Amino acid sequence: MNVVLENLGPILEAFWSTVLLSVASAIGALVLGTLLAGMRVSPVPVLRASGTLYVNTMRNTPLTLVLLFCGLGLGNTLGLKFSETVTVNSYWLAVVGLSAYTASFVCESLRAGINTVPMGQAEAARSVGLTFGQTMTTIILPQAFRSVVGPLGSVLIALIKNTTIASLIGVAEAAASMRTLIEFNGNAVIPIFIGFALGFMVLTLPTGFLFGWLSKRLAVAR
Amino acid sequence: MNDKPTTSGTAKRPRRQAQASVLYDAPGPQARLRYNVYTFLTILGLLLVAWFVFVRMDEREQWEAEKWQPFFTSQLWTTYVLPGLGGTLGAAAVAAVLALAFGMVFGIARLSDHVWVRIPAAVVVEFFRAIPLLIMIFFLMRGSWSLFGTSISTFWAVVLGLMFYNGSVLAEIVRAGIQSIPRGQSEAALSIGLRKGAVTRLILLPQAITAMLPAIIAQLVVLLKDTALGYVIGYSDLLNQWRNLSSAYINLIPAAIVIALIYIALNVALGYLATWLERRNQRSVRSQTKAVTGPAEVGVSAAGPTAGGGAAGPRA
Repeated sequence: MNVVLENLGPILEAFWSTVLLSVASAIGALVLGTLLAGMRVSPVPVLRASGTLYVNTMRNTPLTLVLLFCGLGLGNTLGLKFSETVTVNSYWLAVVGLSAYTASFVCESLRAGINTVPMGQAEAARSVGLTFGQTMTTIILPQAFRSVVGPLGSVLIALIKNTTIASLIGVAEAAASMRTLIEFNGNAVIPIFIGFALGFMVLTLPTGFLFGWLSKRLAVAR
Repeated sequence: MNDKPTTSGTAKRPRRQAQASVLYDAPGPQARLRYNVYTFLTILGLLLVAWFVFVRMDEREQWEAEKWQPFFTSQLWTTYVLPGLGGTLGAAAVAAVLALAFGMVFGIARLSDHVWVRIPAAVVVEFFRAIPLLIMIFFLMRGSWSLFGTSISTFWAVVLGLMFYNGSVLAEIVRAGIQSIPRGQSEAALSIGLRKGAVTRLILLPQAITAMLPAIIAQLVVLLKDTALGYVIGYSDLLNQWRNLSSAYINLIPAAIVIALIYIALNVALGYLATWLERRNQRSVRSQTKAVTGPAEVGVSAAGPTAGGGAAGPRA
């Protein structure tokens, strides 16, 4: 366990960038996912079709491919630059990839949530003259969000675990830090692994409990 | 889940109780005009995006014939794609079998009457679900010497990693499946004198498997996608072959598109299988149990609808 304790500073730093990566991607995925869910239930067929196409494409592509495409394809070949600094650039490319991928799961959860809102709600909204946009933003989505807090928690946890794949395109997060440590301490692989596994459990387990608690608290009483 | 179409045409089809169609009225003349404007704007937006991508790729010379030509030669397919596909499918197949066995054992163990079986099984399952698969696979590769006293091939590192993670998720599915069966079934079985093992084996599991099948297949899609993580340790799967072939032909982006299409085709096919099975289950009179959906992630007691996911859980 000594190796872990000696390198506690860099390890914590790496976990901090995992957290930053998760938070930025979660925000991106939530925004994009909500938009996609709106598209997929909208009255305009073209919007529905493009939303469906996007979700099915993203959901069925391995995240490793998505992120490598962001790093190598968008970053190197197509020359998409967010910043002159290499590390900052790879961070944002990873955020783009993770958000784009996770958004499809947010969209699917939300759509399931929209289905739990009783028909009467939408009918009442329509009968007082609200448009589709108003019905969605003021009546349906607020209730839908409350009913999918649990599933969205699952998506967030999966996202936190998925940030490890960003190490492949040069983001210095926890998995990258673990690889470096193992490179230099080949005799202490097991303690290093246990340390990082614990680190991830510290991130994922409380998130799970928090969202479990939230989903009970926010559940719409029907 | 329900058989309602989530999107439905508004004008032609008689309105069923479909949720989505309740969100908006059958359009009148004004609304139809507005929808047409939206349609136009959407198409314009999509065309703009397509144009932007096209120009960007054109600037970087991604449309050149020599970058796409190789895909019409058999050499590319036999040297790179097919072996890669074999690697992906092979690892996925072995891992699926092992994960199903792992899931069965631990799912049933978590329902055991004995605390000393139940608790360790729960710890194992929760542990493997809480940590990222990537560091698990990497650890199995690098730590195999300290763990087993021998080094293992990249194939087994990928397969074992997939087994531990997906097996744990499947264990939760098995548990949910068995719990979804009405109590009367096991009570009736016990009352005619079956023992606990026989109740599980003869009464609960056969019914549970019917209910679980869609969720199991959805998880197998996740497993198939996760084989791509073998890239980290250099297992020669489809993704790794993408890198090889794109450095051989210097066509990273065209190759990425083709490889992504192969993955999508594989997963969509499996996803359709899941949907088809689900439909078939609903028609079946025999099974009274509701279809089990995938479990929530660690620690989340899903209070909301667990209907999220559908084809694949939110994993890599």
